[in-house]
Amino acid sequence: MRCARAIAVAALLIAAGIAASPLPATEIPPAARRSGFSFMAPGTQAIQNEDTANPGMLWVLDGETLWDNNANPAGKACADCHHDVGASMKGVAARYPAFDPALTRPVNLEQRINLCRTRHQQATPLAYESHDLLALTALVGKQSRGVAIEGGTDPQLEPFVAKGHALFMQRQGQLNLSCSNCHDDNWDKHLAGSAITQGQPTGYPLYRLEWQSLGSLQRRLRSCMIGIRAQPYDYGAPELVQLELYLMSRAQGMPIETPAVRP
Amino acid sequence: MPSALINVPAKATRGETIEIKTLMSHPMETGYRRTATGELIPRNIITSFACRYNGVEIFRADLYPAIAANPFITFFTVATESGKFDFEWIGDQGFSETASAAITVA
Repeated sequence: MRCARAIAVAALLIAAGIAASPLPATEIPPAARRSGFSFMAPGTQAIQNEDTANPGMLWVLDGETLWDNNANPAGKACADCHHDVGASMKGVAARYPAFDPALTRPVNLEQRINLCRTRHQQATPLAYESHDLLALTALVGKQSRGVAIEGGTDPQLEPFVAKGHALFMQRQGQLNLSCSNCHDDNWDKHLAGSAITQGQPTGYPLYRLEWQSLGSLQRRLRSCMIGIRAQPYDYGAPELVQLELYLMSRAQGMPIETPAVRP
Repeated sequence: MPSALINVPAKATRGETIEIKTLMSHPMETGYRRTATGELIPRNIITSFACRYNGVEIFRADLYPAIAANPFITFFTVATESGKFDFEWIGDQGFSETASAAITVA
């Protein structure tokens, strides 16, 4: 009798615990969140810490040139509307992906830049991972350095964050792994000598030593999908933007590091 | 136009050892890689880098295909007089870039 009562109490406690916590048990508590920066060797951290050693700054420099370039059908440079990039773009990257009312879906920073090009400059969109698109994205992203991420706070984005979360939890590919299997459950371990990390999107676009180039968050996500032998979504696919959005909401409050350096 | 990042202290005392850091944007294509269709990608690397301090060469380096993209070259020199550092990168396919930085030595 006493035993049965103890079991009932335990069951109630477990049920109450689950109901009280809005997050699934596997999610990283806010205090335990760590940027990929903290997993790196001191030498790699030193490259990121100094702007004249950080190769990502080469793209930022090119972005500054592009910002003032008005060689497009509308004859309008980014600077003609947005003026000083340091003032107008501060904090912008911390809010992306953001909801676009005309498209009724979230767009990431690269897509926003391309929408600006097609809507206001009458120019052709830049290709994903092209030098110029990365340069402009890095320039805009850099203005938010140190700004706390506030991705996914817009109520209109709620269903898309939920879709991104579902994708993050979804097992896929020949290895049948979800993002969460590594980046929530095993981020403190190693995979073939490399830190797994939490998959925090704080530094994109970032310079990866392995890529020997700057790359976007979508490039990173696609590499991960190839790694688990899943068919990666195409660049710009709504699913990738939803994943980006979920990652940004998961990293709320963490500071932007763009352009970061990773091994 | 390729961009470069140069880090030279703006001021130094005479006789002080200073560190000079340079970062040049360049793909450093090895010449050993192939495209998806099997064609060899032609070699495209920086082959030499030099630094002159008020016209006198103080540092030179030869670069080879095993050096990563966007070469970061740092070295030390002694600040002897106010003036200018001139940097020059020369490479395949007619690559030639220059940059300079001023220093005040007191």
